[in-house]
Amino acid sequence: MLRFLQNYPHFLELVYAGLLRVLRPFRRWLRPGGRLEPPLIWLEKVGKGAVFDCRMCGQCILHSTGMTCPMTCPKNLRNGPCGGVRPNGHCEVKPEMRCIWVQAYERAQKMPVSGHELRVIQPPLNRRLEGSASWINMLHGVDTAVPQGWLPDDHPAP
Amino acid sequence: MTTPPLKAGSRLERVLRNGRFAVTAELNPPDSADPVDVYKAALVLSEVCDAINAVDASGANCHMSSVAICALLTRAGYEPVYQVACRDRNRIAIQGDLLGAAAMGVKNLLCITGDDVTNGDQPEAKRVFDLDAIQLLHTARAMRDQGVFLSGRKLTTPPRLFLGAAANPFAPPFDWRPERLAKKIAAGADFIQTQYCFDVARLRAYMQRVRDLGLHEKAFILVGVGPLRSDKAAEFMRRKVPGVVIPDEIVERLRQTPKVRQREEGKQICVEIIQQVREIEGVAGVHLMAYRQEALVAEIVQAAGLLPRPRGKAVQVRPRTAVI
Repeated sequence: MLRFLQNYPHFLELVYAGLLRVLRPFRRWLRPGGRLEPPLIWLEKVGKGAVFDCRMCGQCILHSTGMTCPMTCPKNLRNGPCGGVRPNGHCEVKPEMRCIWVQAYERAQKMPVSGHELRVIQPPLNRRLEGSASWINMLHGVDTAVPQGWLPDDHPAP
Repeated sequence: MTTPPLKAGSRLERVLRNGRFAVTAELNPPDSADPVDVYKAALVLSEVCDAINAVDASGANCHMSSVAICALLTRAGYEPVYQVACRDRNRIAIQGDLLGAAAMGVKNLLCITGDDVTNGDQPEAKRVFDLDAIQLLHTARAMRDQGVFLSGRKLTTPPRLFLGAAANPFAPPFDWRPERLAKKIAAGADFIQTQYCFDVARLRAYMQRVRDLGLHEKAFILVGVGPLRSDKAAEFMRRKVPGVVIPDEIVERLRQTPKVRQREEGKQICVEIIQQVREIEGVAGVHLMAYRQEALVAEIVQAAGLLPRPRGKAVQVRPRTAVI
């Protein structure tokens, strides 16, 4: 069932975009650290945990990484595969696991809406957001805030 | 056409900007606290290459630190490439080290993700990976060009660094690799050093795509090469060293060579690969990696016809050949 869901990334990206639209009107009540955060954290843990093996980084970029959680990469890479991917497409660190970036790349090809976002340079993680509700962070732009010295990219990748 | 200013003014940058086919080589870091061990290795390499890579605990094995090797090398007038792996240090430590390295005269930086700790001699260690290689490049570029830390705090003197990144055209997902290179160049890479190349056909296909994307005009690409000591060493490398792909033909060629001649044959294969790689449009140089065989590097560079290396006046940038 999970594999089935993951293999239909286009469906997942639509669910994802839809969810944000549903949550947006409740923005006033859904605040970081607010009373509604704990139940949302629980929802994310259970829902995204089951489907994506979510690690609760609090800065979800699933739609930019082929609906494949980059935090499941043992090196936590957010910008693509390392050079250690095995010839059979498996992970350098865990030989029994397929490289999550190999999967991300395959899935991104099937994602007409946000598949191209694989090319976006992802900023360093804000480690303080670990364990918080990424949906709430997203509604308030907390997840996309970057350090002051992280300057916008002046030469975007083609 | 006016020459754009040099980004760091390193010898490597000058050689590349000058349109010369560059040679860099890896120095095997000693398991020792004696600087003489570094100088012995550097002495052999310095005459045959334009810059010496100081590796950062390669394969996650503990050795003398790369920043210290760089300090020893610059002190003696050698030109190092300071390798920084994201595996062992967080963003605070890395940014501090970049300033320190630049203060000691380091002008080339190679940003890499790093082999995982499980490959090394201390697999029980904590892996850091606070930044990834692309984020590190982006940070280093902001330090150099905007003169700020990641936090936005101003630097009084920014580090002048020629920024490098690694690439592995030989690991899956193959179709994505050129685009990942594009991402590294967008993040700030001025030069690229690739993983060991034993599969020239694969490299040709990769470079075709790189040229289609125009990337060879935005960064200098140095292809990684190295000699195989024996068929056993080849087997070991392809099984144990992450990201190294050695085609069966090469292993077979070594296997059919008598034991005593295998070292020579490995060297010959390396020279042939350099000559083939040199013909590929967009390849700006080679990066030699010879594990504990520095003396062999000199023989290979000579046999490949890459001597003498440019020095002094010869590496002044001339406007007509300046590309980047």
